[in-house]
Amino acid sequence: MKSRTIKVDTLARVEGEGALLIKLKGQEVTDVKFRIYEPPRFFEAFLRGRSFTEVPDITARICGICPVAYQMSSCHAIEDAFGVKISPEIRALRRLLYCGEWIESHALHVYLLHAPDFLGFEDAIRMGKEHPNEVQRGLRLKKAGNAIVALLGGREIHPINVRVGGFYSIPAKRDFLAMVDELEWGRDAALETVRWLATLPIPQFERDYEFVALRHPDEYPFNEGRLVSSKGLDIAVREYEHHFAEEHVAHSNALHSRIIERNSYHVGPLARYSLNFDKLSPLAQQAAREAGLGAVCRNPFQSIIVRSVELLYACEEALRIIREFEIPEQPFAKIEPRSGIGYACTEAPRGILYHRYRLDEHGTILDAKIVPPTSQNQKTIEEDLWQLVPRNIDMTKDRLQWRCETAVRNYDPCISCATHFLKLRIERE
Amino acid sequence: MARAKPKLAVWKFSSCDGCQLSLLDCEDELLAVADAVEIANFPEASRAVVKGPYDLSLVEGSITTPHDAERIHSIRRASKFLVTIGACATAGGIQALRNFKDVREFASIVYARPEYIETLKKSTPIADHVAVNFELRGCPINKYQLVEVLSAFLNGRKPNTPPHSVCLECKQRGTVCVMVAQGVPCLGPVTQVGCGALCPSYGRGCFGCFGPKETPNTPALSSWWMQLGTAERDVMRAFRGFNAYAEPFRKESEAHEK
Repeated sequence: MKSRTIKVDTLARVEGEGALLIKLKGQEVTDVKFRIYEPPRFFEAFLRGRSFTEVPDITARICGICPVAYQMSSCHAIEDAFGVKISPEIRALRRLLYCGEWIESHALHVYLLHAPDFLGFEDAIRMGKEHPNEVQRGLRLKKAGNAIVALLGGREIHPINVRVGGFYSIPAKRDFLAMVDELEWGRDAALETVRWLATLPIPQFERDYEFVALRHPDEYPFNEGRLVSSKGLDIAVREYEHHFAEEHVAHSNALHSRIIERNSYHVGPLARYSLNFDKLSPLAQQAAREAGLGAVCRNPFQSIIVRSVELLYACEEALRIIREFEIPEQPFAKIEPRSGIGYACTEAPRGILYHRYRLDEHGTILDAKIVPPTSQNQKTIEEDLWQLVPRNIDMTKDRLQWRCETAVRNYDPCISCATHFLKLRIERE
Repeated sequence: MARAKPKLAVWKFSSCDGCQLSLLDCEDELLAVADAVEIANFPEASRAVVKGPYDLSLVEGSITTPHDAERIHSIRRASKFLVTIGACATAGGIQALRNFKDVREFASIVYARPEYIETLKKSTPIADHVAVNFELRGCPINKYQLVEVLSAFLNGRKPNTPPHSVCLECKQRGTVCVMVAQGVPCLGPVTQVGCGALCPSYGRGCFGCFGPKETPNTPALSSWWMQLGTAERDVMRAFRGFNAYAEPFRKESEAHEK
């Protein structure tokens, strides 16, 4: 029987180093390995013995694409341990900072990393030769998101202004208001993005995922909420480790996550959207409907459209916060360290990011646990490929390989984060 | 016949991807850069790969695995100029904190099956392994300095990146000294500028993202910190950050380790 191997040694347009190996015997898939060979960096180990004040700066370095997510989860977890309550103004500004990261990260992924797949370009630079307006729109959107992070965080990558309890200092209200015109352009550009993506040739493929995301009674989730799933999970964040487990498999430097009662699950824009559609703004809901999406979306290839709906929402939300927020009297809440354990989960652009810290009475970290979104999606990505390959078995090797790469990029995998994650190889025996 | 465009390659070792992301963060300059060079190898941005040799290789990340210790040599052989970008590539990065501890113990803290993990005892900068033409500092690098480095190498000149301390730039910006005026411990006097003296402008002390400046007097700064009431353990922690394995910072942290 004819055997084939599809292998991609360095998966492109993802953050970090991963590989994919798919083995085929005739029409049958015999193995799928989604491998993270990004070297381990041992953050959870060297956080031990560090002061809580250093944690947001250190964990930011796990990922250059979503440092705000790491800063938010670590601050909230440490505040949970110390029993600190932040002011509504600080809460609003954290949400604004997160909007900036979502806009920057989603614009990067939609325009520079994922759209070229659907239009058959190797990269966005080549796509830009035929679609210059789109690529320029993507770059400008990305810049608008980065401007928020740079103002409130100090700089785009590894912001310096986040501390446990709030911020080191808060820029003047007029500096925030100066971003309004560009964000209004961004909201309109995001709407155009949703409409443009709806015209792309998107493969038909659906699975009955267990979606997991935060859910908050009043708003689309960023920093707070209960952890809920499409199969009935509804827990407080501190119960996470009773319901989710990590496994260490030989072929990957990232740990695979699963729900203990069932198995694999799906985090990120598709999960957030499908569990929180009712919390989106009327404009974002309407744009999603016009793009042909229902209130639940089970086609991972449509994640690019869902990401653009969130891009629209994040621009609107940023505008709302900028117009409404008041400069807080104190830029940060007072912190009194005490021994204890703190838990937090926030919605990174790629999905839920769980942190747990145990601290002593001086605020020194005794141990830390960090579960990034990509390691939670790893098992689901492999399962997608198990089902996708047989359905496309008649494609040429090059086309099948490209389709598999696109399927992995559906998750906007952040491999640098997940190391503790990718090459694509398809072998036909 | 038009001259062929110079070939640019971007390589990743152990890192967070932030420094190569800085190139994609040049939203206003990216398309111009892509016009001026042939992007021959940049997996984070493109699935197209052009074979070497390359005119300029940008290397992000530190060496932490036996395989990477081999791979960097083949990249050096294929590159006319090799420039390291960021604290990982120039000093070993935050992951060099393992260099002060037992890495097997670290692996067993994070992984249930440490025997699956292949890693070196130390995280080391690229220059410990191959000749490097220029080192661009920062955690993360400054994107305008990156554009300056690209422009310099494409035009056959030396990059203009100042080696002086953060203090000088605070004075230029007119930022009041946080250490003198508010007693906030600051690494600015011993840290190379590159960030634009950002932290003091937000009311916090510098925490050393760009590594040691030329001729830093780290013991003098440590004694100032302790006069301000900083515990010796916190002085040790401060030097043991993203540039912990850069020699002046390494020696200073070891002097305060008990």
